[in-house]
Amino acid sequence: MWRYLLPLFLFSVLVVFLSIGLYLDPKKVPSPLIGKPAPSFQLSELQYPDQVVVPERYRQNVWLLNVWASWCVSCRQEHHVLNRLARDYKVNIIGLNYKDKRADGIRWLEQRGNPYIANAFDEKGRAGIDWGVYAVPETFIIDQKGVIRYKHTGPVNQMVVDDEILPLLRKLHSEVGL
Amino acid sequence: MNTFRVFYLLFVIALFPVTAFSGVEINEFSSAEMESQYKKLVNELRCLVCQNQNLADSNSELAQDLRKEVYQMLEKGNSDDEIIDFMVARYGDFVLYKPPFKPVTFLLWLGPFVLLFFAVLVVLYMIKNNQQTEVVILDKEEKLQAEKLLNTDVRNRNNKE
Repeated sequence: MWRYLLPLFLFSVLVVFLSIGLYLDPKKVPSPLIGKPAPSFQLSELQYPDQVVVPERYRQNVWLLNVWASWCVSCRQEHHVLNRLARDYKVNIIGLNYKDKRADGIRWLEQRGNPYIANAFDEKGRAGIDWGVYAVPETFIIDQKGVIRYKHTGPVNQMVVDDEILPLLRKLHSEVGL
Repeated sequence: MNTFRVFYLLFVIALFPVTAFSGVEINEFSSAEMESQYKKLVNELRCLVCQNQNLADSNSELAQDLRKEVYQMLEKGNSDDEIIDFMVARYGDFVLYKPPFKPVTFLLWLGPFVLLFFAVLVVLYMIKNNQQTEVVILDKEEKLQAEKLLNTDVRNRNNKE
């Protein structure tokens, strides 16, 4: 009896593992930056080139860093979600305009609305490297102490907002008193 | 005649493998040692955009930027370990084609040996089982019968039946 059941058992274990593997997204690479201080940068503002965007300025606040570019197709998908986050939930969103052309980036904001408090213009993508950016769009959440608490790779949709981003933001806001 | 020339030119251009040229920057290294260091590093580091390629093979923009970064860090005098730490700090262990040996990767590194161990156990078990097959001792009559069967060739047996 055993000699027939054992292979069947081993095979079903294999099937379970393989089917789990089918639903894993190999593009989702865990970020080593979670729990680490947000990397600094000093970049000019996309729309106001004479201003400088420095992440340290947003200390004491919870904020989102959204990496986007006008050439990025899936950024289109998430843009209305970001607009809503900024409008309805008053979330502080800082944009990192990644390897873009200034004129294209500005046109994007004019056409699609601007959910960002400020946009850092990362023309060379050097700040992107420091943030471990490898697939635009990416979204980070930074807490009051300037520590990265969350990263989402790929377009943010309403489900991600409801299930992950908003709960974490609420939690972080409740930590203020601590 | 002119169109022929154009086609001839196009043909000659088509002979050149474009992929071999694109995505490879020309870096001037200050020493041959640095160049071999660079080659080793870009071969060991994974491109995160096209995940089954290393930095050396990939044409993606990120890979180009990271190659540049590796080059600049080498020129600044950073060691291999410093460059690898720089990459791991930003992109995680995933950038390494050879993952480090640590608790999370124990299964990855040791798994094959664990499987091998069990496979050896199974083989040993099967060998042992095989040896235990009963030896049948025949009595005289059975022996005669067996001999008779073995000595008769197939045709004879068929005739008798």
